[in-house]
Amino acid sequence: MPEITLTVHHKVGLHARPAALFVQTAKQFNCDVKVTHGEREANAKSILSVLALGVEQGAVITIHAEGQDADQALAELEALVESNFGEGE
Amino acid sequence: MKTLRGIAASRGVAIGPAFHFRRADLRFERHTVEDPAAEWARFEAALETAREQLADVYAKAEAESGAEQAAIFQAHALMLEDPELLDLVRTAIGEQGVNAESALSDAAEMYAQMLESLDDEYLRARAADVRDVATRVLRILLGVAESPTAGLTAPSIILARDLTPSDTVMLDKSLVLGFCTAEGGATSHTAILARGLGLPAVVGAGLDVLKIPDSAPLVLDGSDGKLLVQPDEEMVAGYRARQAAVATHLAQARQQAHEPAVTRDSHRVEVVANIGNVEGAQAALEAGAEGVGLLRTEFLYLERDHLPDEEEQYRAYRAIVDVFGERPVILRTLDIGGDKELPYLDLPHEMNPFLGLRAIRLCLARPELFRPQLRAALRAGAGRNLKVMFPMVAMVTEVRAARAVLEECRAELLAEGQPVAEEMEIGIMVEVPAAALMADHLAAEVDFFSIGTNDLSQYTLAADRTNAQVAPLATGFHPAVLRLVRDVIVAAHAQGKWVGLCGELAGEPLAIPILLGLGLDEFSMNPPAIPLAKQIIRALTLDEAREVAQAALDLRRPDAVRALVRERVPAANVG
Repeated sequence: MPEITLTVHHKVGLHARPAALFVQTAKQFNCDVKVTHGEREANAKSILSVLALGVEQGAVITIHAEGQDADQALAELEALVESNFGEGE
Repeated sequence: MKTLRGIAASRGVAIGPAFHFRRADLRFERHTVEDPAAEWARFEAALETAREQLADVYAKAEAESGAEQAAIFQAHALMLEDPELLDLVRTAIGEQGVNAESALSDAAEMYAQMLESLDDEYLRARAADVRDVATRVLRILLGVAESPTAGLTAPSIILARDLTPSDTVMLDKSLVLGFCTAEGGATSHTAILARGLGLPAVVGAGLDVLKIPDSAPLVLDGSDGKLLVQPDEEMVAGYRARQAAVATHLAQARQQAHEPAVTRDSHRVEVVANIGNVEGAQAALEAGAEGVGLLRTEFLYLERDHLPDEEEQYRAYRAIVDVFGERPVILRTLDIGGDKELPYLDLPHEMNPFLGLRAIRLCLARPELFRPQLRAALRAGAGRNLKVMFPMVAMVTEVRAARAVLEECRAELLAEGQPVAEEMEIGIMVEVPAAALMADHLAAEVDFFSIGTNDLSQYTLAADRTNAQVAPLATGFHPAVLRLVRDVIVAAHAQGKWVGLCGELAGEPLAIPILLGLGLDEFSMNPPAIPLAKQIIRALTLDEAREVAQAALDLRRPDAVRALVRERVPAANVG
């Protein structure tokens, strides 16, 4: 299963607007997308589960995707996180 | 013009348009459904409606306050279609066959609690969002309108079937001229609230109240128990003149509100206030209260989803006693059960809550409720004049048990090195006939009594004060109740204990001469009633009051008692 590991640099972590954008992006794909943070794993298409991960600024997350468009999904999510959720530095 | 008659619950006259308060009742039964597929379809339809509502709310918020402020409704929309949440609901409906309301609120509550448990303020606030979204869908499932107060924009007379404490907190009181309810009695919540606010109210006026068109012009006569629908101009002019006369009379009483209540022959009694929160404390002081005879603590427990902890209670009580400085404040421990159910306590449904596990009975059965309150009271009383009383006592053993818990709490606090009240007077409410009849034995156990005539009347007359059909029976003017009041005062005085009265009767102009004559030491009432009560006491001598009281005890009917006082004490015949 393809996976990537990233650091979230956004100042609010994976909360609020970044969390919403993350979930909205994951939902564009048919594949299953999971995101893990420490011991916890969440469905990346579930805003409540993603919020409950409690990902703060500087945290490392791993995203796994499984299904036809898995690679594309990972690429888009990576771009989103790396671009600091479209907010630059 | 049409006239509706009801119970005169709070004096005064209001003139203004009708506004119907239509309650958002979101309670539902948990049950299993016969056709889970149909239930899921019903749920999906409700979701669709909620989505449309949220899109509208978002557009409106964006136009009014910008995208940033509106983003919260986008987050709500995302929660509404959360696949994990929907999976939980689908499983509960499809596999366990529960109804959509239960399935949704269980699932939402699970997530809300998960978010609340995280150490992050932002996420804890999202718990409220999950509940808010679930509530929106619940409203749709249950067919309940969005807000019962939407549309209340001008000062109006509030019409309703009946009002609960959770309803009335939603009302903007500056837009309320008075209340008229179809159901309820003189001591129902609406009546008590209206008297607390000094607004007129008529209760138990019958279901025709609900048929009055919105905005119809009304005259509400809270002194005579009448609601006039579409009154003619002459009528309105007459009422306006009366409003002005009452205002003048009250203004006179208010000028002397801060003077003590001393009879013409120099007998002094205490006039204190019934209050239910910190704001009430300030209002009571301004109205001339010499202290607090009844601090209802339920305000800390209503309108929330979890128990208040000791620290929160301590801060609230301390803020109130600080307002009164040296003056006494009597804190009544939690008086719930009965008509004041709290959903988060998960109290079992009772057929007869007024005769059920409530007040001191509940507190003794649930130490996790009782102990934090007693600890908070002991701490708040440190260096202040705070007293504590226990409600609904029927047995000597209950007083002893409650005092034992209090002493344990005191010992704990001392061991922790916390400042506590060193000598705190302990009293009980006398509101169960058994307690009134056993007052001589109970007096030996306490420092004071406070007679709760609202409950004492309903228990003595066996008449539910929230049932309009029988509520008029439950009046403290009944000689049976007055005789109990006399017996309680005699028993307490024989042992050197003082007696207060914190039921509605204490603030009733026609009852004040009788209570004074029976030897009552402390009159505790809603702040707006204080100036007039003091005025009536000042107009009498103790002997005059004793004669009126003796004559009242010999009468057979409550209306004869009222007529007697009206005739003998002109100063009490007001409003």
